[in-house]
Amino acid sequence: MRVLQLQVNGDTLETAAPVHWTLLEVLRYRLGLVGSKQGCDKGDCGACTVLLDGKPVLSCLTLAANAVGHEVTTIEGLAPKPETTSEPALDPIQRAFDDCGALQCGFCQPGMMLSARALLNTNAHPTRKEIQQALSGNLCRCTGYTQIVQAVETAVARVSGKTEPDCAWVAELARDRAQIDSAPNEASPSSTTPGPGAPS
Amino acid sequence: MLRLPPFQLEEPKSLYAALVLLAEAKGQAMIIAGGTDLLPNLKHRLFEPKLLVSLARIEGFVGIELQEDGALVIGPMTPLAQVAASELVQERAPALAQAASLVAGPQLRTQGTLGGNVMLDTRCQWYNQTYFWRQSLGYCLKKDGTECHVVKGGQKCVAAASNDTAAPLMTLQASLCFERLNEKRELPIRDLWSSDGIWNKRCDQDELLTSIRIPAQEAGHRGAYGKLRTRESIDFPLLGIAARMTLADDGTVSDAELCGVALAARPSLVRGVSEALTGTRPGTDEFTSGLESAAQLAYKQLRPVDNVPGSAWYRREMVPVLAKRTLQAAARGDGPVHPL
Ligand SMILES: Cc1cc2nc3c(=O)[nH]c(=O)nc-3n(C[C@H](O)[C@H](O)[C@H](O)COP(=O)(O)OP(=O)(O)OC[C@H]3O[C@@H](n4cnc5c(N)ncnc54)[C@H](O)[C@@H]3O)c2cc1C
Ligand code: SF4
Ligand code: FES
Ligand code: FES
Repeated sequence: MRVLQLQVNGDTLETAAPVHWTLLEVLRYRLGLVGSKQGCDKGDCGACTVLLDGKPVLSCLTLAANAVGHEVTTIEGLAPKPETTSEPALDPIQRAFDDCGALQCGFCQPGMMLSARALLNTNAHPTRKEIQQALSGNLCRCTGYTQIVQAVETAVARVSGKTEPDCAWVAELARDRAQIDSAPNEASPSSTTPGPGAPS
Repeated sequence: MLRLPPFQLEEPKSLYAALVLLAEAKGQAMIIAGGTDLLPNLKHRLFEPKLLVSLARIEGFVGIELQEDGALVIGPMTPLAQVAASELVQERAPALAQAASLVAGPQLRTQGTLGGNVMLDTRCQWYNQTYFWRQSLGYCLKKDGTECHVVKGGQKCVAAASNDTAAPLMTLQASLCFERLNEKRELPIRDLWSSDGIWNKRCDQDELLTSIRIPAQEAGHRGAYGKLRTRESIDFPLLGIAARMTLADDGTVSDAELCGVALAARPSLVRGVSEALTGTRPGTDEFTSGLESAAQLAYKQLRPVDNVPGSAWYRREMVPVLAKRTLQAAARGDGPVHPL
């Protein structure tokens, strides 16, 4: 058993775990951060991807002890903390994945979004090929990837204030939103608010 | 869920401390770099070390340095992503940069190191499996069993060297520095490999690889790497081919070489490639027929066996195809030969 002091999502967390535990096991079974998924547990699928000092790594193949002294970002820490922003508390990538319907079962999403975040941190205007390459270590058994790539392109376009790429879902959603906005506000706010962090 | 077996872990901060730990462990310890190969292997119960000595916190083990004589010296813990993105490596050893860029997927290239790639365990479809799977099969020679499933009746393991960077490092004539407590030696990479798939290196398991040196290449050096794999996004090679070529001032080939990997326990240089191409000028009919001869030499000499997934027949038929395309890429100064 070893006492581990980990920097996770901006917090310093202390826990104890056997030295042969992976970072993924400590995140999920000690710290209760179950957003990082345990898929193959051997490096193939990318569902366990977290950022270590901003770079994407597989937490199923990282010893927890080796992560001490590094900044760990999990999906729980991707959105800006609500107290630090007046904007809706979602990363633009999360918002775009939602808008583009870039998911079905959702199991691959935490890893996908963190790999996408790591890409955008170093390359604000990636090409489609660069996006595909950056996500090539994240497998999705459901979506067929098209909407995932579109979601990243949408996030890029929105952040840089450019016209959004051709994503059918986004256009449809924009129409729905416009309809909701123009309708007389009859329903109570709680029933029209889709969830925490949604745009007002 | 695949759990790791219990072990002790040490994270020394200096090379000396690591060498002391390895010496004291008397063969009971294993070295862990990025862990991207060792940890899956431990999860599969392929090794049972008492102690892991992690290189992650050793000072000075990461970096790519250009020496006065034009050689590149690369620290063993340099991540593959850094090797792939390095302008120095791209300019001076393009085939190595290309091979590093095609190892596994992006996360594994962030974690996986060049030292770990050189020292990678050999791979086989009957061996890189869970304990349960191997037990159901009745194990094999390399671990826990007595027979080989690739060569029936064979008493020698033919698991494949599957490290992409091995092939370019062979053509670049890299040399490796190994250290043990009070002992240091340089080993040309061409002398590293043996044909024994159980342990395919002529060094001891507790010798620490402390640097990889790539000598200055001749003016007119060209290099490229070609890789065949099932999923272009992440898989180990079904076949990897590195090409090296030197173009003289007049644009003709003055030297050329090919090395294949993911065939058998060691990477293999193809004999006669230089003779087939020297004196020809890329773009001419002579060059094209030289390429054909070189590809046929590769076809005759590089013979994959059914060790890694993918049929050996298909891998063999792809040898001349990949050999030719990789030489062409080297001549053009581009590559890698790979769809992604
Ligand atoms: C899904 C998946 C796909 C992969 N695809 C590829 C691929 O396409 N091509 C490929 O080549 N590899 C592939 N790999 C394997 C691996 O990721 C890379 O080979 C990587 O470079 C290994 O480096 P590492 O630092 O993680 O090594 P580790 O796993 O830490 O170590 C590997 C071996 O080398 C020894 N070792 C490490 N460093 C030293 C040193 N300095 N001195 C002495 N011994 C040392 C260790 O004891 C261990 O036996 C893949 C792995 C996975 C999980
Ligand atoms: S080549 Fe034979 S002995 Fe070696 S790992 Fe494969 S099945 Fe086992
Ligand atoms: S769970 Fe880590 S890569 Fe699949
Ligand atoms: S949405 Fe199901 S795995 Fe990607």
